[in-house]
Amino acid sequence: MLDKLTLLGRWGINNLRQLGKAGILLYRALFYPPNFRKGFPLVMQQIYSEGVLSLVIIVVSSLFIGMVLALQGYHTLAKFGSAQQLGVLVALSVTRELGPVVTAILFAGRAGSAVTAEIGLMKATEQLSSMEMMAVDPIHRVISPRFWGGVISMPLLTLIFNATAIYGAYLVGVKWLGLDTGIFWSNMQASVSFQSDVLNGIIKSVVFGIAVVWIAVAQGFESVPTSAGISNATTRSVVYSSLAVLGLDFVLTAMMIGSW
Amino acid sequence: MLPQRLIESLVGLFLLFAVIALTVLAFKVSGLTSLFPVKTYTVTASFDDIGGLKVRSPVKISGVQIGEVSNIALDPVTFRAIVTMQIETKFNTIPDDSSAGIFTAGLLGDNYIAITPMYNTTYLTNGSKIQVTRSAMILEKLIGQLVYKIGNGGSSNSNKDGDKNAK
Repeated sequence: MLDKLTLLGRWGINNLRQLGKAGILLYRALFYPPNFRKGFPLVMQQIYSEGVLSLVIIVVSSLFIGMVLALQGYHTLAKFGSAQQLGVLVALSVTRELGPVVTAILFAGRAGSAVTAEIGLMKATEQLSSMEMMAVDPIHRVISPRFWGGVISMPLLTLIFNATAIYGAYLVGVKWLGLDTGIFWSNMQASVSFQSDVLNGIIKSVVFGIAVVWIAVAQGFESVPTSAGISNATTRSVVYSSLAVLGLDFVLTAMMIGSW
Repeated sequence: MLPQRLIESLVGLFLLFAVIALTVLAFKVSGLTSLFPVKTYTVTASFDDIGGLKVRSPVKISGVQIGEVSNIALDPVTFRAIVTMQIETKFNTIPDDSSAGIFTAGLLGDNYIAITPMYNTTYLTNGSKIQVTRSAMILEKLIGQLVYKIGNGGSSNSNKDGDKNAK
């Protein structure tokens, strides 16, 4: 009985320590950003490997999401004789919800897992400790560029996702199902507001970007330096960031819809 | 590893794409016009009932949008709704005895203000007030009247009686 209680306590304290370590990591990555002249090329490389290389999956999936949304929406809206509201339906659901959330989940799978695996392997092959031996701070040199690269890439990817998804909906709605081009765009412009829809989506994507990259970096940095440990850390990184994104999305939506 | 120069140009291209996407979202999707504001003048009108009219609802003449609602307030004395509209300056020859009504686009659509032009040769200017207004048709009220009339027995004679009694 007492053993079980000790076990529970140890489990709790360990988790709390992990959280604390991750918090210190976030603090150091946030408030000691890479030095501009030396760190800029490093951040650039990370934007390339986290952002530019994710572009293909983001563009392809957003095009298909927009097309499917338009197809499904058209058949439901046509029942009520309001198929001309298709543009509004797609634009609102993409800019408010689907854009930031789907981008963040794809980003966690495509870039977050790679970051975790890379940092985990660096730790397992003792590259991080040899950096410390050479008086190079691994947080400064390895963690911080990856963190900032991800935080910068996420909103940009979300913007591209939104635009491509709406273009996909335009292809299906106007070019295939034969809605009127002018009505499609003018209804959309009448109902979508820049402040409360587009801008709030971008705010969401920044928050998701911070959450996903933070989890990825912290999982990699705290991983057990073995093969099994790295694979565990990668899995946890994707699972935790997907859950965090969906949970945060609810909180942010509630804040944005309530008078905020 | 790619050379740094190539990486930088690819990242630059990525940024460019994102900026293009933002411009598309701002102007094509959300119809943002406040960056290049169209010149407008302000006209007010007071209504008994504005129904579901909202700020940014369109103001139309013959179905063509000429402006939008910028503010809705309540007159503390008469308890009528005061609607402020911004009308584009290029439509500056609207006669000042025109009437304004609130209509619904379709059966379940959004409300908008329709201005019906009259024949005066003096025009609406900044700060003018539209005198003749028609309130929104509230579907529930119409149904209520219909039910009331049917309840008073269908035929046209008793309808008139019903109206008199109602008054």
